Amino acid sequence: MLEFLHRPRTRAQARAAIILLAVLLALLPFLVEAGLGRSWVRVLDFALLYVILALGLNIVVGYAGLLDLGFVAFYALGAYLYAWLASPHFGLHLPFWVVLPLGAGLAGLFGVLLGAPTLRLRGDYLAIVTLGFGEIIRIFMNNLNAPVNITNGPQGINLIDPVTIAGVSFGKTQELFGITFASAHFYYYLFLVFTLATLFIAYRLQDSRIGRAWVAIREDEVAAAAMGINTRNIKLLAFAMGAVFGGVAGGLFAAFQGFISPESFTLWESILILCMIVLGGMGHIPGVVLGAVLLTVLPEALRYLGDWQRAALGEVVVDPGDLRMLLFGVALVLMMVYRPEGLIPSRQRKREFHAEDGVAAQEQASLYDSRA
Amino acid sequence: MATLLNVNGVSKRFGGIHALDEVTLAVQEGEIYGLIGPNGAGKTTLFNCMTGLYSVSRGEILLDGRPIHNRKPHVIVELGFARTFQNIRLFANMTALENVLVGRHVRTHAGVFGAVLRDAGTRAEEAASRERARALLDFVGLANKGRTLAGHLAYGEQRRLEIARALATEPRLLALDEPVAGMNPAERRQMAELFQRLRAQGLTLLLIEHDVKLVMGLCDRVAVLDYGRKIAEGAPNAVRQDPTVIAAYLGTEAAA
Repeated sequence: MLEFLHRPRTRAQARAAIILLAVLLALLPFLVEAGLGRSWVRVLDFALLYVILALGLNIVVGYAGLLDLGFVAFYALGAYLYAWLASPHFGLHLPFWVVLPLGAGLAGLFGVLLGAPTLRLRGDYLAIVTLGFGEIIRIFMNNLNAPVNITNGPQGINLIDPVTIAGVSFGKTQELFGITFASAHFYYYLFLVFTLATLFIAYRLQDSRIGRAWVAIREDEVAAAAMGINTRNIKLLAFAMGAVFGGVAGGLFAAFQGFISPESFTLWESILILCMIVLGGMGHIPGVVLGAVLLTVLPEALRYLGDWQRAALGEVVVDPGDLRMLLFGVALVLMMVYRPEGLIPSRQRKREFHAEDGVAAQEQASLYDSRA
Repeated sequence: MATLLNVNGVSKRFGGIHALDEVTLAVQEGEIYGLIGPNGAGKTTLFNCMTGLYSVSRGEILLDGRPIHNRKPHVIVELGFARTFQNIRLFANMTALENVLVGRHVRTHAGVFGAVLRDAGTRAEEAASRERARALLDFVGLANKGRTLAGHLAYGEQRRLEIARALATEPRLLALDEPVAGMNPAERRQMAELFQRLRAQGLTLLLIEHDVKLVMGLCDRVAVLDYGRKIAEGAPNAVRQDPTVIAAYLGTEAAA
């Protein structure tokens, strides 16, 4: 998706491509609204939110190679902190630019708390512990309504303050510069700014001392340690960085929805975000972005299955809800069978899955043989 | 010459097995010290104890007088002790240059904020790292392989890349675990020549090797391990004629 930015033919062409992309992104919510209706602008907002989440998880799973199935916990923490500090629940109404960094910090702290006891774990074992962590956070949110009501339990927290910038509340439809902006439009631009910032940070981290250390740990943790990398700190840093993105996305989500409940933070969400990364191309930013957008848009598009059935067959034969998940599953299976490296893999991943020389496989096999 | 590395009575047990039994040796600054012995003698175990991958059960290891046993591997690297692995352990899906850059990690400092903001200091550090990494690739003869994935390099090139990566940590002592295993005679000569150049630069080398010819021609002193014990130490020629060593390699019957 962003691939063409990497290989511009000339400087002028690159600039033209960027301007074109910027104009397209700026007009996108209005184009989508005109073509598909207002509900699709909300889908677009969610797509951006999931891009942020997927890029965050990509740091942990894609770069550092730590299989984290509890990522949604950080999303939940960011969202709940926002709800606590900006809703009638505790009577606090702090502005979003105060709450969001706090949410990011809290999530980052929990990232370290999750990372610390799991440092010696890898692969399946790490996945199970992180999965448990994600569930613990959700169950806490579900039950912390008595004796002191902190989370309001399964009912969730309502009437969360919308984001307000320069006196403009993003919560209601308003006319600015002669254009009518709905809430979904405002949030689109807000999320776009955060998505671009996340992309920028992800790219910068990738090509840095820290990014290389993450990849080195993924490739061979023993060798990374023997080359002077403090694997404990660098792994904790990966957990914390990923969690910070999750926390920010959570805060944005709470403000956007105005309502949160534990139901939004189930294991399914963690798995979905992981699917986005795997489907798009693990560890490769353009792939991750594409994966996040596709897996947000595709299930929504499949909602039309009922209409299509009625148009083609005159009646709804299979419940669109069931068929939707079925097709979604089939798409994932086909993808993993025919293109396991993802839609836009990095050159490294492509090689891993289509190794002509089998060196990669050998390396994997000998990964831990010198450990006591 | 000062002693750079002291191994004092180091023992390592795995359950009931004594992989290392009271091993004592001293490596002088600037020498090439060979560690030889039959398969399973405990050479690699000793390496792993020295570089922090294994804890030691008893005894102490001193680098320049400072204890390094039971320290974390990255601390030992920081103190100036780098190593390579018997079964090459490169970061296969990173380029050759990136592999060497990982070696620079311990001598550089940029954190998350430096990485994201790319301030002047971080840019300068990164540029210096890259320059140093390219120079090291050039030094080991991989100047034009910087952009090749490590896993795509030929076997001999991978061995040399591992050395470049270890050198990037700016070690005083470099431990090489069977660096010429599986190489043909021409490649072995090249490697021996590389080791000489390293020594000429003031580096101390510790070498596990099976190739007797290479060890005899290259090492100033060798120690022989057998069943976790040091059975001989001294100049290569003296050690070669030591009856205990011959017995260890060929069995007692042949020695008699």
